[in-house]
Amino acid sequence: MKRTPIFILGVGVLLAFVPKLGLPAFYDSLLYLMLHWIVLATSWNMLSGYTGYFSFGHGAFFGAGLYTTSTLLARYDWPFLWTLPVAALVAALLGVALGAVVFRVKSVRGELFALLTLAITFVIGTIVVNTPLDGGNGVSLAAVPVPAIGPTPSSTFYLLALAAATLTMLIAWAIFVSKFGAGLFAIHDDEDAAEVMGVPTYRYKLLALAISCALAGVAGGIHALFLSYVTVGEVFTITVPLTVVLMSVLGGTRHWAGPAVGAVAITGLLYSFTAADHAVAGKAMIGVILIAAILFMPDGILLRVQKLFRKRAATPGVTHPPSKPPAQDAARPAVGAAGDVLLQVRGLQKSFKGVRALTGVDVDVRRGEILGLLGPNGSGKSTFINVVTGHFMPTAGQIVFEGRELAGQPAHRIAAAGIARTYQIPRPFAHLSVLDNVALATMFGGAVHDVAAARRQAMTWLEFTGLVEKATARPDDLNLHQRKFLELARALASKPRLVLLDEVLCGLTPSEIDDAVALIRRIRDQGSTIVFVEHVMRAVMALTDRIVVFNHGVLLAEGSATDVMQRPEVMTAYLGSPHKELAHA
Amino acid sequence: MSAFTLPSASLLSQSVLSGVFVGALYGLMGLGLSLSWGLLRLINLAHFAFAFLAAYLCYQMTTMHVDPLLTLIAIVPAFFAVGAALHWVMARFSVTPFNSLLLTFGLMGIVEAIIQTIWTADFRKLESSYGEMKFKVGGLFVPIPEFITLLLAVGISLAVWAVLRYTDLGKAMRAAAEDAPIASAFGVNQQRNALLLAGTCAALASIAGVCLALSFTLAPSQMYAWIGVVFAAVMLGGLGRALGPLIAGTLIGVSEAITMAVTAPSWAPIVSFTLLIVILVLRPGKAA
Repeated sequence: MKRTPIFILGVGVLLAFVPKLGLPAFYDSLLYLMLHWIVLATSWNMLSGYTGYFSFGHGAFFGAGLYTTSTLLARYDWPFLWTLPVAALVAALLGVALGAVVFRVKSVRGELFALLTLAITFVIGTIVVNTPLDGGNGVSLAAVPVPAIGPTPSSTFYLLALAAATLTMLIAWAIFVSKFGAGLFAIHDDEDAAEVMGVPTYRYKLLALAISCALAGVAGGIHALFLSYVTVGEVFTITVPLTVVLMSVLGGTRHWAGPAVGAVAITGLLYSFTAADHAVAGKAMIGVILIAAILFMPDGILLRVQKLFRKRAATPGVTHPPSKPPAQDAARPAVGAAGDVLLQVRGLQKSFKGVRALTGVDVDVRRGEILGLLGPNGSGKSTFINVVTGHFMPTAGQIVFEGRELAGQPAHRIAAAGIARTYQIPRPFAHLSVLDNVALATMFGGAVHDVAAARRQAMTWLEFTGLVEKATARPDDLNLHQRKFLELARALASKPRLVLLDEVLCGLTPSEIDDAVALIRRIRDQGSTIVFVEHVMRAVMALTDRIVVFNHGVLLAEGSATDVMQRPEVMTAYLGSPHKELAHA
Repeated sequence: MSAFTLPSASLLSQSVLSGVFVGALYGLMGLGLSLSWGLLRLINLAHFAFAFLAAYLCYQMTTMHVDPLLTLIAIVPAFFAVGAALHWVMARFSVTPFNSLLLTFGLMGIVEAIIQTIWTADFRKLESSYGEMKFKVGGLFVPIPEFITLLLAVGISLAVWAVLRYTDLGKAMRAAAEDAPIASAFGVNQQRNALLLAGTCAALASIAGVCLALSFTLAPSQMYAWIGVVFAAVMLGGLGRALGPLIAGTLIGVSEAITMAVTAPSWAPIVSFTLLIVILVLRPGKAA
């Protein structure tokens, strides 16, 4: 078993003995609050920190759990502990219902998502205050007995919060190291690219939201009895979300333990100042500390401390054992002979409001060939790639790949079916290392579930494209040539049967072009079919078996490269028609 | 659940009018925030702190028998300088948009502590010669302080809109907001313009604060009550658009007022925020 979960459990069990120390109730309450905020901040971070969808609605889900418990306790006399799973369920259902609608709308990201979740908090709060759930007077739970789990009531709450916090930290860690977590971090950096590489973004976001809300609901349930008098004004405001944002960003949103660090720090600060009789100065002090932290530790405390330790320990750059590439197929076993039609496109249309980018394209791609896709600028080549890979939905037409109809499928299913692409302007995941960029494609397009195995396979692709020395570097540290090769490695890592290359040679020097051409040949020799959009004619002549020429969104010509480039209609498409006077002269 | 009671026409129109006034204040408070977020890519929560600090300073000067509107002469330049200084610090450390949210939240805490130390947490109400004056237009009462707020809000929003749209400075700022490095390459002095804009946003906050002091009772904790609805007005109106916060604020204020007149005051937030949710989900392009 891994060390970290054992460590978390161990700490949890150890801390369970604190009530035996017989400290004054104040400390039980203080520790309860720290654990309470650890649960809230860590659960918030699971959606918002990992995926970048900053939610200002955590108060709504916390409040949903709070009011579920208080209603069940006050109105229906349920035993307290049984209300907690119900609170979690109600909060999770609320979250999923909202997420199901909101995540469908593509442009609600960033600030808009934050606003939407804030608005939802106020709406739910208003509904709660005006209905019998609260009724404006709050709900009193003074008559409800506190279960005797610890020696005193305050220690009971401490133990409950400890259990919740331990559970939350375990879940946060488990997500962080899993394939699910890798997908979430990819969504953070570039959601559309992640979707095209096989990450089921909608499903993953909903799942993260559900888990996040369930844990907030549990925290709310426990807090209801702790407060023993519940009002809307304390819960359905911007305070809870702002505080969890504060704690998470202070501690570090990109690490599973970051929010916990921030929660302990801020709660400790707040209460050390209240205790010392200087409440007002305390508020100012916290402001100063926050400002200093943001200015000097913009990625959070935890990551800064980690960097400090990394410099001292001088760990070797690559943390994975150098692997001998196991003999593996570059592509999945082919289901047909070379020369079969692999991809059949009929009548493909794509319009962007008034602009018709594709007006009815018919193309056949044969297994094992290198097909060149040429045409003047604006003829629809990139749109064709975007539609085939699912980046855009087609307006009309059919795309049949190995007998399966793919038009209209979400991009991650198309990736799983065996199609991969590179982007003309490379779109790597900026916060992930080069190795993790490729490992992501292995995990999602290539359906490898174990993260460590995915990393090993990714190394072989880095060797194939000559990027091994850069495995732990960030994509920002690569030059254009290396970034293009990273795109290629990512495209290949999912072991696709069809690879679509979008102007992969653009911007490269002549010697780099030679390297790339050799690499593309090796890719085909390993069993992939390649369609590539290119303007560099000598590469087209050297590589392609067949070319098709697009013009104004329609297929203009098709055949061998030398033959097609000499046809008059193709020359006209590229160069324009001859001037009338010169034709006479 | 309270019953729906259809109010009389005069009550309804008075409600709408008061909604317009409070909406104008939302708009004025949101203007600086919107410009800062849209054009400088910094979410400035300290905006509210500046507004309240200006409100308290105005209150203080009024107790020394200075006319509230005259206090603007001292307050506006002071806050311009503070805003520019804050921006200088944030630009120096290359603070990201969400980190700016946290940093300015910290600043809010500091300012709240300062206000509480100097003026205590007791409620303070500004007393001015025209605080209680109102005039009557067609059956409707128009209170003078709120009317001043409306005039200032409309006037300033239009002025800012005109500057952004028609002057070179405005175009330079919009260009820099879209793509700062390219704008610099074309000769736009982005750093100087940013300082200018940040100072202006703080100055706008201070004007909103004075208007706040004219109409409302002040308490340090009240700062936080405005955050939610002003953010809603800012995002609904579109970031960086000068007339956006005013129009959105008025929409929110009027819908709140009508809801309060027709049902109970506690239902007021639901209309504006539901409207916001519906617009975001159905036509997010408008808000972006």
